[in-house]
Amino acid sequence: MQLPIYRKRVTRSPGGDLASLVMLLLLGAFMALPMVYVISGAFKPLNELFLFPPRFFVRNPTLDNFKDLAVLMSESWVPISRYLLNTLIITCLGTAGHVLFASLCAFAISKHRFPGSRVIFNLIVISLMFAPEVTAIPNYLIIARLGWIDSYRAVIVPAWQSSLGLFLMKQFMDQMIPDSLLEAARIDGATEWQVFRRVAMPTVRPAWLTLIILSFQSLWGNTGSSFIYSENLKTLPYALNQIVAGGIARAGVGAAVALLMMIVPVTVFIFNQRSVVQTMGTSGLKE
Amino acid sequence: MKLKAFWKKWGVSYLFAAPYVLLFLLFTVVPVLVAMALSFTSYNMLQPPVWVGWANYVKLLFADDVFLIAVKNTLLFAAITGPLSYMLCLLLAWFINELKPTMRTILTLLFYAPSISGNVFMIWTILFSGDIYGWVNSVLIRWGIIYEPVRWLTDPDTLLWVTMLVTLWMSLGTSFLAFIAGLQGIDETLYEAGALDGVRNRWQELWFITLPAMRPQLLFGAIISITTSFAAGSNIVALVGFPSTDYAGHTVITHLMDYGNIRFEMGYASAIATLLFIVMLGTQQLVQRMLRKIG
Repeated sequence: MQLPIYRKRVTRSPGGDLASLVMLLLLGAFMALPMVYVISGAFKPLNELFLFPPRFFVRNPTLDNFKDLAVLMSESWVPISRYLLNTLIITCLGTAGHVLFASLCAFAISKHRFPGSRVIFNLIVISLMFAPEVTAIPNYLIIARLGWIDSYRAVIVPAWQSSLGLFLMKQFMDQMIPDSLLEAARIDGATEWQVFRRVAMPTVRPAWLTLIILSFQSLWGNTGSSFIYSENLKTLPYALNQIVAGGIARAGVGAAVALLMMIVPVTVFIFNQRSVVQTMGTSGLKE
Repeated sequence: MKLKAFWKKWGVSYLFAAPYVLLFLLFTVVPVLVAMALSFTSYNMLQPPVWVGWANYVKLLFADDVFLIAVKNTLLFAAITGPLSYMLCLLLAWFINELKPTMRTILTLLFYAPSISGNVFMIWTILFSGDIYGWVNSVLIRWGIIYEPVRWLTDPDTLLWVTMLVTLWMSLGTSFLAFIAGLQGIDETLYEAGALDGVRNRWQELWFITLPAMRPQLLFGAIISITTSFAAGSNIVALVGFPSTDYAGHTVITHLMDYGNIRFEMGYASAIATLLFIVMLGTQQLVQRMLRKIG
């Protein structure tokens, strides 16, 4: 979308355009620098990693770091596939439950406006401000009381009630689902579940794609270390952190690990960027 | 009978909302209330909590020197990274919005990527490594700006600033996307009308048209920025370790983690959590009031 001509003429000057472009490029370089360093580091052979003066770009790229990582993984006591499986279980179940429950609740708040829904929504908006650390202690006590320590449930179930997801979904439904559409379906004899499943959810596809991405991102990197003690239940990020913690000699492997952990969420985002931006468009808060 | 009619009208709604709301109560609302209650007790997880009244708060505010350091650092950290990251999100979203679609997509990804890349921020510990092998040190020495390597992450004079830089680097997250989306949703005719009414340059346009039109997104972004800037802690620990040199990187959250996860003084830790929560709520109200003045 380019600016219409009149706007270009009245409010934009060539100097200003140039200045903003230069600033964007400078900041872009600053943002990209560490990412480039990680990517280039992952392909650096050992002698380039400890070069003085340190060199930013790789000269002779190699896959040694990935091979070392594979060796380290195969030596680990619990097979690495198990860690991956654990992370996949947590990520998939956590995301699925979150999308389902948050959408159902958002639909009821947004479209039914049942008695008490405003109070609930206001509480959810306030809870957007909670740092997870603030509730960490009582959360631990509750999960211990439920007997969920050292099981997937301790990580999965609390993820279902992430408030950002519900908030975005509700705001999107407010603006994107016309009430007449739902009314038409109801007149045709659809049950409320059918209205939700067949009319509402297809309409808010960008929103639930966004919820999937946000939930995926937070669970993918979750080490679960405060709740899960059994080695064969631990997650991939935890296992990879352990490998990297093996000392300075693992610097190259560390870069390889960082690259692998980064690729997945970034790729997922690339394919859904439009949906995410569209969803965020309705995120605004009325005073 | 009345109840029956009520259920007939709203029963489905409550059933829809119930799973989420119950979980939300159990894992968000109850924990906050429990934290507030525990903050008036002495509790070590082994023996039952003992009621101590305001003792935790009195100790926290008047007898805990380290907490005062933590408050000072947190306020400094929040006062700098909060507004800066907010401005950065807004400014970059604004500039990006004027580019062609392809360029816009690429730059959005570039700016957003650090916030979703998990542990990649740890690469900064290599860039800011304290010996001459650290990239920053070696560049500065080569350019003759410094003569000896600076121990960026262990020197109390520099470590907080480095963590701020890293935080800013990864702060272009949800609010940034919300701003981009908000800008794209603004009605073009508003700008036409503005141009006719005598809006002369891009800054006037920003102040009188763009910002008022995206005020809801600005408020949402403010909430997210406040949270992230006050909640700085675990990333700081990952970068500079715990405890940091002279507590120079000690924040309210690390203080909370210290008493909660290491010393197991849960009552005291809960008092810290409650105070932090109140401060965040207050700041949010303040920002909301400021946003009303725009345009």
